[in-house]
Amino acid sequence: MKLLNHTLLYLSASLIFILSIWAVVFYIGMMDEVYDSIEDGLENYKILIIQKAGTDTTLLGKNYFGESNYAIRPIAKEKAIMATEAFKDTAMYMEYEESLETVRMLTTYFSTPDDRYYQLKIIASMVEEDDLVADLMHALLWLYVAVIASAFIINNWVLRKIWRPFYELQDELRHFKLGEDKSFNPPQTRVSEFRDMNETVAELLKANIAAFQQQKQFIENASHELQTPLAIAMNKLELLLEQHYGTEEQTQLLANAIQYLERLTRLNKALLLLSKIENRQFAREEAIDFNALLRQQTDDFGELLEYKDIRVDITEQASLVWSFNADLADILITNVVKNAIIHNHPGGHIQIRIEENGFSITNTGQAKSLETTEIFMRFHRTPDNPASTGLGLAIVRSIVQFYHIQVTYHYENGLHGFTFHREPRPAAVN
Amino acid sequence: MKILIIEDEADLRENIIQFLRKEQYLVESASDFHSAKEKISLYDYDCILLDVGLPDGNGLDILRMLKLLEKQENVIVISAKDSLDDKLEGLDLGADDYLTKPFHLAELNARIKAVLRRKALDGRNMVRINNMELNFDDRTLQINGNDIRLNRKEFDIMAFFVVNKNRLIHKSALAEHVWGDHIDNADNFDFIYSQIKNLRKKLKDCGADLEIQAIYGVGYKLTV
Repeated sequence: MKLLNHTLLYLSASLIFILSIWAVVFYIGMMDEVYDSIEDGLENYKILIIQKAGTDTTLLGKNYFGESNYAIRPIAKEKAIMATEAFKDTAMYMEYEESLETVRMLTTYFSTPDDRYYQLKIIASMVEEDDLVADLMHALLWLYVAVIASAFIINNWVLRKIWRPFYELQDELRHFKLGEDKSFNPPQTRVSEFRDMNETVAELLKANIAAFQQQKQFIENASHELQTPLAIAMNKLELLLEQHYGTEEQTQLLANAIQYLERLTRLNKALLLLSKIENRQFAREEAIDFNALLRQQTDDFGELLEYKDIRVDITEQASLVWSFNADLADILITNVVKNAIIHNHPGGHIQIRIEENGFSITNTGQAKSLETTEIFMRFHRTPDNPASTGLGLAIVRSIVQFYHIQVTYHYENGLHGFTFHREPRPAAVN
Repeated sequence: MKILIIEDEADLRENIIQFLRKEQYLVESASDFHSAKEKISLYDYDCILLDVGLPDGNGLDILRMLKLLEKQENVIVISAKDSLDDKLEGLDLGADDYLTKPFHLAELNARIKAVLRRKALDGRNMVRINNMELNFDDRTLQINGNDIRLNRKEFDIMAFFVVNKNRLIHKSALAEHVWGDHIDNADNFDFIYSQIKNLRKKLKDCGADLEIQAIYGVGYKLTV
């Protein structure tokens, strides 16, 4: 749920509550005032009638309401003395409304100078409470709608304006890539909370970038520093092997050790290569003809292909020229071609297709799909090739990421395929 | 043949010296930039092995100096940095080859031989052993004057054996020489084994006066 909707939800819920209470209080207050003014009117009317009755005795004979709104009826003295003046609500048939309506009635008592006692009832038409409540509810509803609508509009505008630094930060963070961006620039803002947040995020990212750089640097340094000791150890064993003073068994042990040092060397070189790719140390770019490169690489592996009895078909639907570092292009193609050879079976085949925006290499192999998510991971290797560094495809991925090329693995009917695709860059407008 | 090794790492230097002495070279060494400078200004060498990462200077400056002194030495640059820029700079400055640490001694030997061959006065880039003649330019092999057809990898293997004759060659050194510096070589041993099998058969069929000896689990040796 968006921030805007959150505020609106809370606002509308509390507004219902507040407006309801307000309506009740308002209604009570208003009714109070209405009663007050009607009763004042009735009292005033009472005084006028009693004064008039003192001079005009015909009034005393008017003992039904009829056209006027009072009625006088004689009453026993004892009763009159005991009774008190009272207001009450009662219903009366109204000709206009053609129904019984609520009226306010004042019942009071008075005596004439001839010591006769009368009961006087005066009525005044009351506010129609049900209509009033309905009107009030109606008004309230509109008020509610109007308040929510304006809150929505204002909120929307205010949020957009005030929260802009937040959305900007969000956008920056979304596009931030650790390892690619060397620094992080949070948006400028005058709102102190956002400024705090930006600073915190920037600080955090700075620490992360530093840690990441350090880690990369460490891998590179470590790999680099390992080269010389590895060289010395390997060469010493080679010298020892050449002197062959030992038994056959000892010779084999030495050879074995060399083989492992060799593996270590390859691993080390691969790691060094990976960190160099990630550190963008292959800046030099030139136009690389991938058609030629693929043809040449498969040709280079000709003897191995012949030995493994693997047929290669190259379908060139277009000529593919990418601006690429020559070394990386070489490494990329060697790795994928070699991969297709190694994981093939004798008598298998490899199909290479070159299209306008990419190429694909499909090969026969084991009748089982590889782990799509894991094959590009470092040190992932298949059980049938334990001596592999498990870095070949990780290097492939690093290279294609560097050039924004999409690589996908797919498996169908015993055919393993890798597709490399890059959306053509829009032509530069001069 | 006089060879100068400029390398600050004592053990590596010793390894190379020990290995190259067996090739009947006259081997001298310098452990730092300063003594290297002195040596190249005083003496002439046929080949210089130059480590670019010296503690007291950049090895590439030695190349600049050689150029300045108008010396004809062949230089093989050795570096722990497998960087193309270094390589290109080295080759631009007149180095003949570039080798990345770690390397197999047999590979170093092959590179030195290649450099020295090119320098040889007769300009014929070939090696003759008994009744066999290997031409590096045409990539051909002749036995008793008859051409032997070899595929590219067979030729590479044969050439590596020829320059490292009578030396035990570890199979991983051979694999690396044949395939270059690839990420995974381990799976190529079978292939190399089969190529050598073919090669041995061809040599035998043509009556070559040399033999590729297989040392089980270790590697091979060309015995003359």
